[in-house]
Amino acid sequence: MMQMVTLGVAILLIAFIIWWFFGKHEEQTEDAQIANNQQETTVVVDGGYSPSTLVLKKGVPAKINFQMNDSTACLSHVVFEKLGIDKDLTKQKMTQIEIPTDRAEEFDFACGMNMFHGKVIVKN
Amino acid sequence: MKLSNMWKFWISLILAIPMLLQMIMMPFHWMMPAYNWVAFITTTIIMLVAAAPYWKSAWAAFKHHNANMNTLVAVGTSVAYFYSLFAMVTGREVYFESAALVTVFVLLGDALEERMHNSASNALGKLLNLQVKEAEVLSDGQYIKVPLEKVQVGDLIRVRPGEKVPVDGVVTEGATNINESMVTGESMPVTKKAGDAVIGSTINADGMIIFRATKVGKDTALAQIVELVKKAQTSHAPIQNLTDKLSGIFVPAVLIAAISTYVIWFVFLGAPAVQAMLFAVSVIVIACPCALGLATPTALMVGTGRSAKMGVLIKNGQALEEVNMVKTVVFDKTGTITAGKPVVTDVIGDQTKVLQVAASLEESSEHPLANAVMAKVSDAKVAYPKARDFKNIEGKGVKAVVNGEKASIGSDKLLEDYQISNQMKTKMAQLQNDAKTVVLVGLSGKIIGLVAIQDTPKKTAAKAIAELRSRGLKTVMLTGDNQRVAQAIGKQVGIDQVIAGVLPNEKADHVKALQQSGKVAFVGDGINDAPALTVADVGIAMGSGTDIAIESGEIILIQNDLLGVVRALDISKKTFNRIKLNLFWAFIYNLIGIPISAGILVGIGLQLSPELAGLAMAFSSVSVVTSSLMLNKTKIAGDHDAQQVAA
Repeated sequence: MMQMVTLGVAILLIAFIIWWFFGKHEEQTEDAQIANNQQETTVVVDGGYSPSTLVLKKGVPAKINFQMNDSTACLSHVVFEKLGIDKDLTKQKMTQIEIPTDRAEEFDFACGMNMFHGKVIVKN
Repeated sequence: MKLSNMWKFWISLILAIPMLLQMIMMPFHWMMPAYNWVAFITTTIIMLVAAAPYWKSAWAAFKHHNANMNTLVAVGTSVAYFYSLFAMVTGREVYFESAALVTVFVLLGDALEERMHNSASNALGKLLNLQVKEAEVLSDGQYIKVPLEKVQVGDLIRVRPGEKVPVDGVVTEGATNINESMVTGESMPVTKKAGDAVIGSTINADGMIIFRATKVGKDTALAQIVELVKKAQTSHAPIQNLTDKLSGIFVPAVLIAAISTYVIWFVFLGAPAVQAMLFAVSVIVIACPCALGLATPTALMVGTGRSAKMGVLIKNGQALEEVNMVKTVVFDKTGTITAGKPVVTDVIGDQTKVLQVAASLEESSEHPLANAVMAKVSDAKVAYPKARDFKNIEGKGVKAVVNGEKASIGSDKLLEDYQISNQMKTKMAQLQNDAKTVVLVGLSGKIIGLVAIQDTPKKTAAKAIAELRSRGLKTVMLTGDNQRVAQAIGKQVGIDQVIAGVLPNEKADHVKALQQSGKVAFVGDGINDAPALTVADVGIAMGSGTDIAIESGEIILIQNDLLGVVRALDISKKTFNRIKLNLFWAFIYNLIGIPISAGILVGIGLQLSPELAGLAMAFSSVSVVTSSLMLNKTKIAGDHDAQQVAA
């Protein structure tokens, strides 16, 4: 009897894992606030990036603040591959990164091991 | 207060000592008094101090539908901890030590890895530290010290012996030797005099010079190199695509494997629930996505940093990977294999007399051949009289009057009516067969001598090509010269194939044709070879000093030295092989570790407890980073520093 219940629970758990991690999910998107020809936005780093997609306006100088709320090694670095940026976020609570906005393009960012991903979209 | 991982590790380790003691004494049937309470209290503190951050991060990731290393650590430790709580209350055997020791080992792994990661990215910091803080700039007739940021293009800057050159520029006064090894990788000091380019951050050895700044701030060679290396270090190699795909599903897959392990042991094999749980926890703890994730980026970081120090800039991981598949290396001739500057190779006849007359005639000419003659004259320190009544015969040569006698220099067409000895005639044929351009020097109706001129191969060209051939690569030379000249140069440097008579716009087509038989690397000077550099699978652009052709080519050689091609190939191969080795290790580790943890070898008595699984996991990611760091020590052909260390 115990065995049958265990088997049932296990199958349900596996089904849940597949649905939860591999199903389709809405991603958080946020537009940057513009003030005095400067746009700034904050990404909270805690078990991932929230929001994970940021939209910036083309032509307005932009800064992204990474707010570190996670103390494990996994998310300690943020890497912007195209920009050649590899920043250690653990040195201070807020790490500011400047993003060039002279062209409409996308910049992917990820943690040091490429397990967590985010994206910056520069739009007209 | 925020504790670093190293601190958390030490605190946890000290707290775990009673449990470690109990584990060691277990075979001797010694039981610590009130062990359950001791274990419960120490483990609870460890969980709060050290494991809770993992739980918190894992939970936050879970809410984002994400799972990573932290998820595995959190599930593994919390299952062991909370089961033990339940067991303590209900009077069963506890497993606090599993929860505690897994945490200790994971922390150790994280702390070590962090430390080594920092030293891997250190190469860049070292490059940036090369910059000086101030410069002596001429202002109102005096040299005064100003901060580096204030230096502007056009400023005159004084550099004393032993000081660093602050920015890029051109020497206007003085002569010295400069050690440029930190930027170009060239270990021998380079002699500089007025008109020569100097590179910022290089060290002035023995003379005082004054130079005019041409590039400052982020335009200097060093700033550009640092920028390029940064991008290379964060770039991706195509080989990573597989691990990137895998890492997305890795952790959920491991969780499913752990549940299956539990079900198989408990439901199908009838093992006790506790035993089945320990197997499942071991599976979760031993699985290591970190090793997979670290395999490529750490090796890329070390490899590109090391190559930059040798004067080889590899733009990205893709270039590094492609170089390994190259079968043919194609060279442009002028400026790449040869110096691109014709020099006098032979003077036939009375050396002094011939050079005197030649110099008088060529003194005011702008022709490249005239420059070669004048360079030779100044080398030989020959004094010469002024000529008069110049007559420039387009495409043939120059006529004038030297010391009252009619003199000419030029091709045989110009000097048709001059007398020439048979000996001179044979010499001339010989020199022409060696693909040299022969200029005749005539005085008073007689040919008094010959000057042979050739664009000669660079000193290291033959050695570099021999090295490439010994690595099984086919070498090809492309040139616009005629077949005879091309063959002669090709023979001097020992190249496999010579393609002559190529128009500048046809170079790219020839590269395409050669691509039919495998990947092609094209080596050119980056200025007029841009199309060929782009078409080739790997474009290798040669720079010289401050003019680094950053835009063209995937690999940039800072020195104008063909051995750089060999170095680029070597370091790329070593780095790529290291990536493959790292990935192989990371895959094998997981492929073998997970089944053993699940208990498939219990039949032969091999079984991994959760704490051993935790140790293995920590070791695996640390060993991958260590392996990448070893790239700093491997021997690369032509790397002077490494050889000095070895000697």
